Amino acid sequence: MSGHSNWPEWVYIGVVICLLAYVGAEAWNVERLVDHAPAEAEIIKVTGQQWFWTFEHADGTKEIGELHVKKGQPYKFEITAKDVNHAFNIHDYVVLQDAVVGRVNTVWFAPEQAGEYTIQCREYCGLLHYNMRATLYVEEN
Amino acid sequence: MVLELQKPRPIWQIMFSTHHTDVGLLYTITSLTFFFMGGALALGIRAELFYPGTQIISDSMTFNRMFTVHGTTLIFLFLLPFASAVGNYFVPIMVRYKDMAYPKLNAVAFWMIPPGGALIWLGFADFTWYATPPYSAISAPGPAADMWIFAQKILGVSSILGAINFIVTILKCKHPDLPLSKAPLLAWSFLSSSLIIIVAVPTFAAALVMLLTDRLGVSGFFDPAKGGDPIAYQHLFWFTFHPEVYVLVIPAIGMMYEIIPRFSRKPIFSHGSGIFAFVMLSIVAFSSWAHHMYSTGMSFTEKTVFMIGTLAAVPASAMHVFNFLATMWGGRIKFATPMMWAVGGIALFFSAGAGGVANSAMPFDFITHDTYWVVGHFHLFVMGTIAFGSIGFLYYMFPYITGRMYNEAAGKAHFIMSFVGTVMVFFTQHVLGLYGMPRRVFDYMPLPEYIVMNQIASVGAMIIGASMVIWIINMIYSSAKGKEANMEDPWGLGGKYYFPHQAKNPHH
Repeated sequence: MSGHSNWPEWVYIGVVICLLAYVGAEAWNVERLVDHAPAEAEIIKVTGQQWFWTFEHADGTKEIGELHVKKGQPYKFEITAKDVNHAFNIHDYVVLQDAVVGRVNTVWFAPEQAGEYTIQCREYCGLLHYNMRATLYVEEN
Repeated sequence: MVLELQKPRPIWQIMFSTHHTDVGLLYTITSLTFFFMGGALALGIRAELFYPGTQIISDSMTFNRMFTVHGTTLIFLFLLPFASAVGNYFVPIMVRYKDMAYPKLNAVAFWMIPPGGALIWLGFADFTWYATPPYSAISAPGPAADMWIFAQKILGVSSILGAINFIVTILKCKHPDLPLSKAPLLAWSFLSSSLIIIVAVPTFAAALVMLLTDRLGVSGFFDPAKGGDPIAYQHLFWFTFHPEVYVLVIPAIGMMYEIIPRFSRKPIFSHGSGIFAFVMLSIVAFSSWAHHMYSTGMSFTEKTVFMIGTLAAVPASAMHVFNFLATMWGGRIKFATPMMWAVGGIALFFSAGAGGVANSAMPFDFITHDTYWVVGHFHLFVMGTIAFGSIGFLYYMFPYITGRMYNEAAGKAHFIMSFVGTVMVFFTQHVLGLYGMPRRVFDYMPLPEYIVMNQIASVGAMIIGASMVIWIINMIYSSAKGKEANMEDPWGLGGKYYFPHQAKNPHH
């Protein structure tokens, strides 16, 4: 088109594409590792509804608004919702999965540190969305 | 293209006119009105979040309604109409035609916006601008939700009519001596964004009808109890609204393509790569919609496909940035107000894009999704890039519209305050998101880092608000009393660039 050469642009685009390929490959690899729950993971059923969380352990114990788990043990959450969509989130452990009506979504984690953590709803769900929280208690074995 | 505000015509002559500059003026005024209305809501939201607990907004439902209407207003009633305003002024002149292809249709498309805006503001719905079912189908208050849906239908039809008009004007009405490949990049930006609108918006129109019949109880498209699936709505929604963000950003980039070569006193580095990047963007815009939905329970394969689709959009945007920088390189740049806005917009476009690359990586998305990171990221795009490009372009159009010059010092103050404010608000919100503060919350936990970050963001928002007051005073005062502009060369740049500024299509 114009009199000058365009090669700097192509070099630049090449660099951008290489960078993206690197980011993509790295992300793919990490996600592949975190996507598969270990076989020994204990199942916890999580139900979101306006505006609280209910948890049901494998042995049938139910908890509302709080969740007690053991340190070092992997857990697999089976998440669903009763009325509208919510999102189950333990920010400190990068656990996030939507709670969708009519579906069961799964996500797993293995807490490494004893303590108290916040569980919160991250998907807008109405009046008290901002306050739809629960507490995660990670206890020593 | 001078509107002769010095020789005012009665308002009804402008309102009932179908001339492209008159319709453009109506679009401009309407979109700016909604800009200030939506911005006022944003200031309310930021004031509420200054401290944890309840400040100025009485209850969370009011707050929820405020952010819903804030988002809906600024996207559908400010950004889209403002792009149409610029297109109306410039596209016919750039393709050397006497008017838009269908002038009456053009006026009809404009006149659908005020009723749409009225429905949104009178309804004041509370289900966020996504209107995701089941919440929007069962829990949202009746008339508000229905009014919102109806408003979106009207605005959707309006943008499709506008898009058809732009496409026909550019492809069919351009001067035979002007090959399409030599058409200015601003015209190309309208061609590509209009093509996206025509492909994308009907999907959302279908989703809205399904949502409405669900609300009326006659269907269950999104209701699992009746065999539907709430996720289906999200697919339809994002298939429209992921490309829609390119509909917003492409005209803004086109505006920068107009400003930057002119104020750098150099031709654009590569016209061809600009066109290529526009076309690429409008194609790959459709390959990435589900990156908004990683956490809805997608399979690993689906997530991977959409991550790649999202990353594919980046090189095209990068080409634009390269083009801008290469154009400025070695140019005799004059940092008048429009150029400052454009350059600031590029800087923020780059930062927002870098955040976007990080965010498209699947594992990172689970940290940031639905937190303030996302709020910061897309506001950096819509405010930092699109609004900056638009405001800069309005300064650029100002002498051509009014025949007078704006106050340069006030324009620069407006830019500097807005830039500082934007960085304070939206960079801080990225950090807030990393700390895990969810978006759309009326109140947050009183952690020290949350409080500090929210306060920085709120102060930044107030600075932006103050700068906008300077702007509106400057615009109103200068259009009445400003110094008369030298219409041949308002900024003293010397030489004429690209398109005939003196061209003025006669009224008919």
